[in-house]
Amino acid sequence: MSKNASIDPTPQDLGFFSRIAHPGHFLIWSKRWLVPLTIITVALLLFGTYLAFFNSPADYQQGDTVRIMYVHVPNAWLSQFCYAVMVVASIGSLVWRHPLADVSAKAAAPLGATFTAVALATGALWGAPTWGTFWEWDGRMTSTLVMLFIYLGIIALWRTFEDQARAGRIIAVITLVGAINIPIIKFSVEWWNTLHQPASVFRVDGPTMPMSILLPLFVMFFGFSFLFLLLHFISMRAEILRRRVRALERRNAQRLREQQA
Amino acid sequence: MRAFWALVQRDIKLATRIGGDAMTVLLFYVMVGAIMPFAIGPDKVLLAKLGPAIIWISALLSLLLALDRLFRTDHEDGSLIAMRQARLPLEMIVVAKLLAHWLTNAVPLIVATPLLAILLNLDAGQTLKVILTLLIGTPALVCFGAIGAAVTVTIKRGGLIAPILILPLSIPTLIFGVSALSTGAIETAASSALLFLAGFTLLALVFTPFATALALKMGAE
Amino acid sequence: MIDISQHFEYIAGSYILTMALVGALVILVNRDYHTQEKRLAELEAKGVRRRSEEKK
Repeated sequence: MSKNASIDPTPQDLGFFSRIAHPGHFLIWSKRWLVPLTIITVALLLFGTYLAFFNSPADYQQGDTVRIMYVHVPNAWLSQFCYAVMVVASIGSLVWRHPLADVSAKAAAPLGATFTAVALATGALWGAPTWGTFWEWDGRMTSTLVMLFIYLGIIALWRTFEDQARAGRIIAVITLVGAINIPIIKFSVEWWNTLHQPASVFRVDGPTMPMSILLPLFVMFFGFSFLFLLLHFISMRAEILRRRVRALERRNAQRLREQQA
Repeated sequence: MRAFWALVQRDIKLATRIGGDAMTVLLFYVMVGAIMPFAIGPDKVLLAKLGPAIIWISALLSLLLALDRLFRTDHEDGSLIAMRQARLPLEMIVVAKLLAHWLTNAVPLIVATPLLAILLNLDAGQTLKVILTLLIGTPALVCFGAIGAAVTVTIKRGGLIAPILILPLSIPTLIFGVSALSTGAIETAASSALLFLAGFTLLALVFTPFATALALKMGAE
Repeated sequence: MIDISQHFEYIAGSYILTMALVGALVILVNRDYHTQEKRLAELEAKGVRRRSEEKK
């Protein structure tokens, strides 16, 4: 058991990083960020959507479906960034046995799965009018699908373990194994693809994108990123509370048992 | 080193005696491969074309079925605790168990492959090539299976999740394994696929013992 | 709105789908958080204390 388990030392005992990463203290300082993050997120997403529909041109090549890019690209990026967050958290779990690292990894998994699903769905809806098919077994779509499977597997693992502390470290191992494998899988799929199809890579960007297209993209990009940050904070808070609830319920059950004995 | 070989022998004996299930996995392999034509149809040309894929998928599924057995019995009877504290490094113990597991589960599959090849209308040359790719590729499958098994061994009914974790990892092996058997216009890529498969298996063999041992250690309290 | 002649269904579908999935995520995350808060309050009202607090 890590010696930090249920002790709340006074903040002066710890260095800065240890202090902000202490679960109890995290609950305190993260609460102040919730409202500002919500405002920023909503503002950016609304502004981005407005720009997407009312203030940006159609692409010279793809027509209006380029507007789908404004939701597809941020979510695709987030699906990978979220996994990167889980990898960093996993290293924290394995190397330092940090309790907040476990919480962070567990909280990030459902978020990552959702963003990946959105990326896949919007990618399919983008592909249908643009390239005539909902699905293509190319490197990008296939490895995104595999990433979704990995996310779902990790989420299933979290739910199957009874001992959450042990779960954190074991899932950290599988997260890192997945991280090493994702580039390998992507490479294999692309190799496999060139084998079965003539090379025709669709470049989404084409020549340099004009500002009128870049602006909605950036706004949506940051909007979704702040959304991830906000949801991650809330999820982490919920997970910390959930663990406390479980500990209390266990003590309660033990006390009832002692009273009856 | 004697401990290493003793462990290999022990696992082989456990798997092959009554109560072990080396036969079950073999039977599953042959039956899955034999059942696929019922879904595909008896068209011999089509079966020959899909043959390598069918054989590879049957092998993959059979090995997935077998891998829960890799660590679970040791976990249940307490041998895993002894293994963690043994003088032989846990990574070597994992290698020993993987070797025994491959010998008792994968090799029978490979030996039975000609039977499936006949059912799927593959010719002799292709059958030999299939056997070669299986020889090279099944160690990788067993390795990834070991990681999944180590991660889920401490969960009571965790045997179901292990395949879910392992299947994504097995995709490259499957891709290169089947591509090494391609004929026709893409035959030129077959040899490079075989090389990739071999390289991939070597990588798996090197890294898996460490990842598996780590997962097993994390599973202890 | 700018003229989105063709493929309107796909564009609208993408945004609606995104909002639906992300919206569901937001709702679920918040609901989970409030559930935990409620449960914690119930337990503390019953008088169950954490080990660390009992030391004080």
